[in-house]
Amino acid sequence: MATLTVARLRKRFAQVEVLKGIDLAAAHGEFVALVGPSGCGKSTLLAMIAGLESVSEGEIRIDGRLVNAVAPKDRDIAMVFQSYALYPTMTARQNMTFGMESRGVPRAEQEAAIKRVASLLQIEPLLNRKPGQLSGGQRQRVAMGRALVRDPKLFLFDEPLSNLDAKLRVDMRTEIKKLHNKVGKTTVYVTHDQIEAMTLATRIAVMHQGQLQQFDEPQTIYSRPANMFVAGFMGSPSMNFIPATLTETDGGPAVEAPLFGGGVARLPLPYRPVRAPAGNRVVLGVRPEHMFRYADDLKLRKPAVASFEAPVEVVEPTGAETIAVLKLGERDVTGRFDPDGAPRLGERLKVGVDMANVCLFDPSDETLIPRADA
Amino acid sequence: MVDAAYEAEYLAAARTEARRYALGRIGVYAFLTVFAIIYLFPLFVVVANSFRQLPEITRNGLIAFPRSFSFEAWPRAWAHFCVSGACAGIHRNFYNSLMMTVPATLISSLLGALNGYVLSKWRFRGSELLFVCMTLGVFMPGQIALMPWAFVLGHLHLSNTIQGLILIHCVQGLSFTTLFCRNYYISIPDDLVKAARIDGAGFWRIFYKIILPLSPPILIVTVIWQFTGIWNEYLFGVVFTDGSQQPITAALVALATSQMNARAYDVTGAAVLIGALPPLLIYFLGGKYFVRGLTQGAVK
Repeated sequence: MATLTVARLRKRFAQVEVLKGIDLAAAHGEFVALVGPSGCGKSTLLAMIAGLESVSEGEIRIDGRLVNAVAPKDRDIAMVFQSYALYPTMTARQNMTFGMESRGVPRAEQEAAIKRVASLLQIEPLLNRKPGQLSGGQRQRVAMGRALVRDPKLFLFDEPLSNLDAKLRVDMRTEIKKLHNKVGKTTVYVTHDQIEAMTLATRIAVMHQGQLQQFDEPQTIYSRPANMFVAGFMGSPSMNFIPATLTETDGGPAVEAPLFGGGVARLPLPYRPVRAPAGNRVVLGVRPEHMFRYADDLKLRKPAVASFEAPVEVVEPTGAETIAVLKLGERDVTGRFDPDGAPRLGERLKVGVDMANVCLFDPSDETLIPRADA
Repeated sequence: MVDAAYEAEYLAAARTEARRYALGRIGVYAFLTVFAIIYLFPLFVVVANSFRQLPEITRNGLIAFPRSFSFEAWPRAWAHFCVSGACAGIHRNFYNSLMMTVPATLISSLLGALNGYVLSKWRFRGSELLFVCMTLGVFMPGQIALMPWAFVLGHLHLSNTIQGLILIHCVQGLSFTTLFCRNYYISIPDDLVKAARIDGAGFWRIFYKIILPLSPPILIVTVIWQFTGIWNEYLFGVVFTDGSQQPITAALVALATSQMNARAYDVTGAAVLIGALPPLLIYFLGGKYFVRGLTQGAVK
């Protein structure tokens, strides 16, 4: 069993507060991704969990033990760095045994550990090479091997894939996921790439300006983001934010948004929001994939679909899908469409929006307005 | 078919161009040769005189083409020549210089490496200020430190000892070695140290196992720098030691100035060359690493 608890954690550098009271918990075997834009404090948080940065306030517990003042080597953790941080003068094998030698692990045990990890990561042929003789992906493997031989309680990853090229990054992402499935260690993984966070994590902590914005399962983060920052950060292309007004139609709730060239789009909601903000003003959040070319049969598959008309401004085919920028009121709205029947440039498209999946935000504090039924 | 007249015109132009180029080259090399001769001439005179016989030097003058040849001056300079009463040549002083330069070079280089390691990888409040203060020593002329050193050596009872000079050179050299090593270690990624800390290595183990193995390029620089600097140093040697305790630089001056009778130019020449050999050897052996170490970063 290895759990991690972070409570009311604060970090100050001189007068600047970079972490403003973080609460996090990872259960045994959990894979927690810390994600956020650069400067949000995620790497600082990881360094504090590792013991490389001191704690200004709050507490960090590993397996229930308070480790605020415990040296990194005594926290029973292993870390993989963005730069790999392999010792350049040592071979891959020496890199991996360095930690065990520091701890005085018997040689036979070291050999066994190397054997186990090398076969797990398939790096046996590389063991006698120095980091300078390895490719980026191989270095990455050795760096993970160095973390794995220790059999630590906690695995820490600091943007481990950022230095790899795009293709290798996707491959290694899968490798890391496989690895975690196999060894099942509690893991904290820092990344600025929301796709990495979505694909790898069992829970995601979204951070912004030193504060935890939301800590939840990936699907919840994606479909029910706690606020507009999380909604905008997760997902690419990002969620569309449309200023709208809450209203009633046919005895049910609806939102109204101005159309381009006059008139309003009235979009009935399949649920009732738990509260109405001041002046009934809301921000309607629509993910690009929840927009479709409207057809009569759409209603059969998506019962909550609502429609409006918008001119098509830009069309960007990517192969698997076609991204189109539409004009709604004075705003640009991005949608992801099936290449079959994709919007054409200049067309006035009838857009179907799956209202079951939209989010409503309160413009005054940018938080999500929950559904009354949920 | 090319028009012959047309071709001839081009050939003539090409010939003129080739001639101009050749003349230019000759000019450049002539110029360089002249300056090389001017530069090497004193060395030639000293080398030549060390192999001439003294009577011939006195007869034909110090600067003259050698007409005699003998090895005699070298053993005399090394072991027999009389300097201020003692007739043992300069070999004692040569050993003194070695006994002073080798430990002082090693100690100051290692301390510099250690300082650089602390100042780049274990920063603390005020460490940058400390570093600035240390590098001020680079700009401090040795003369300023003469009186304080006289005081320190007196109190430590190290006046007129090689150990005293070792102490001086270690301290005086520290600002250079610290500057070199700190600036080199800055380019070693901090992540290496962090990884090692998580791996359970402490301050010393990180230094021995990770930093030092990365250090040869910069250590070669500091060793060459310190060795030549300390070997060639004259001021402290002549002020704080005398007679058989003097390093070779001080002894050479004594040898060249303290003679009652006719000057022994042959012996002087040989002695100067003996004194100049070690730094030359060091530079010949390590010169290319010196330039490489100064220009190359720590991790390729």
